[in-house]
Amino acid sequence: MEANRTADVQSNVAGQEQRSQFSAYRALRLLETSLVHVILVIGALAFIFPFYWLIITSIKSNAELFIWPPTLIPRTVELFHYGDALQEVPILRYMGNSTYLTVLNLIGVLISSSLVAFGFTRYHVPGSRILFAALLATMMLPHHVTMIPLFLVFRALGWVDTFRPLWVPAFLGNAFFIFLLRQFFASIPSELFDAARIDGSSEFGQYWRIMLPLSKPALTTVAIFQFQWTWNDFLNPLIYINSQSKKTIALGLQDFYKSQTTVEWQQLMAASVLMVAPVVLVFFFLQRYFIEGIALTGLKG
Amino acid sequence: MGALNEPMVKPSFFKGMRGRDTLWFYIFISPWLAGFLLLYFGPMIASLILSLTNYSVLLPTKFVGLYNFEQMIKDQLLTISIWNTVYYAGLSVPLGTVIALLLAVFLNREDIWGRSFFRSAYYIPSIMPIVAVSILWIWLLQPRYGLINSFLNLLSIRGPNWLGDPAWAKTGLVLMSLTGIGTSFVIFLAALQGVPRHLYEAAELDGANAVQKFFNVTVPMISPSIFFVLVIGFINSFQVFTQAYIMTEGGPADSTLFYVLYLYRQAFNYFKMGYASAMAWFLFIVIVILTVIQFRLSSRWVHYGS
Repeated sequence: MEANRTADVQSNVAGQEQRSQFSAYRALRLLETSLVHVILVIGALAFIFPFYWLIITSIKSNAELFIWPPTLIPRTVELFHYGDALQEVPILRYMGNSTYLTVLNLIGVLISSSLVAFGFTRYHVPGSRILFAALLATMMLPHHVTMIPLFLVFRALGWVDTFRPLWVPAFLGNAFFIFLLRQFFASIPSELFDAARIDGSSEFGQYWRIMLPLSKPALTTVAIFQFQWTWNDFLNPLIYINSQSKKTIALGLQDFYKSQTTVEWQQLMAASVLMVAPVVLVFFFLQRYFIEGIALTGLKG
Repeated sequence: MGALNEPMVKPSFFKGMRGRDTLWFYIFISPWLAGFLLLYFGPMIASLILSLTNYSVLLPTKFVGLYNFEQMIKDQLLTISIWNTVYYAGLSVPLGTVIALLLAVFLNREDIWGRSFFRSAYYIPSIMPIVAVSILWIWLLQPRYGLINSFLNLLSIRGPNWLGDPAWAKTGLVLMSLTGIGTSFVIFLAALQGVPRHLYEAAELDGANAVQKFFNVTVPMISPSIFFVLVIGFINSFQVFTQAYIMTEGGPADSTLFYVLYLYRQAFNYFKMGYASAMAWFLFIVIVILTVIQFRLSSRWVHYGS
């Protein structure tokens, strides 16, 4: 656009005889635009096509699955693979467990992280800077360093093969979310809280009645990240859960694949579709919070 | 606060406030403080102590000093796992960063239709559950009927037996990782929107073409983001685990035995928790050193625009 405008000015100055040169420039410009679109479309296909493939594999017939070249639009639609998969493994049970853990993690992380972020935003007391630096430093610590001692502690508490190791830590805050929320809280004028304090509002009242209602977008961002992490987490359930009845969907799906002697691709893909579906739904309803969340932390980090 | 009372009241008032603030500060941050001590600091110290013992569920525990670290140097499989991890990260991070950057630059043009569609398309694979994506990619990389080899066949290329061939398994995983660059892409897109238009206009007046503008305006202006994406990318791919655990189980012939997978096996399959803790500390130190070195280097060439 800018270049076009510049070109416009130039062509006006240069006069009529350069008109043909100008249209050649326009044609080149059009060609470039089309080329960029072609690249973007190829890119989008590369990203999206695997998921299209996931869905159509889950409804193809056995005969159609193993032909060459593969059919891009399935000739048969066999929905019974979903029923078979549900019968083969307790997928709904797994999804129920994952939902239960997601809800507990959401409650824990929203309460604890917002309280802590409020503390770090509102009170500048001796030591608060050092503690905030310590908080940022924990984001660098790989989970694998603390994984083994934590396992030993939770085992000593008798928490192995219970849900507790998978949700109790959420109530003790999460450094990434505290950082994200503090970034957001800092943008809310502190005069609001000073005024409320003079009006006799308690400290907790300022947090609950002023900060939280004003921070819904940031809290939504926290919630969708936590949802995604709990729903997708594999390593922690792998370490802590043994019983069939307590498996999460991530662990259960992996188990389903590993337990098959001959791989039933349609059933596996059907189970995968069921695991992916909630994530896709959340994305489509709340996608702007995903993008904003990254901008809020990624850029200022 | 009346002006008359000020000299008398102010000090004690503020002193009171200060004390009250300190109290409230600690009340509000208490969940994190407990978490820091119980979930980070405590376990970190415990892990350091464990790394100096032969702790295992099976044997009586002894203090062994740096024995675990000496063993690590001699451990052939550990060397292989480090090589695999470096190879994977060295391929997937730069490639992923370049692709994310190019897509963001193309999408940031003003003459693009359907921008929000493209943005969603590039972003969404990165939030998909890794377990489901891994299982999908086992099927995509299937040597005969998989989508990838079918496509290669169309171009008259005979695709390899991806996950079954030690020479190709890591490449297969890198290929899969390239669809998960959504976060980097969004970071670049946001950074590009912060580059002032007038810099491009100035470059155009100087007769710069698209490629020159990219290298002389775009790259220097968004270098903090490029740098951030690279560092985070390396830190994350050094910890690659789930894909290898599900898709290849470290094989074939240990070609996808990555560092954290090997660490997991030492800890939870062989119960050599002392040795695994030593491995975890080595990873931690590498990550810290990497972060520090790259931040130092970055201050030389990264341009922080005002």
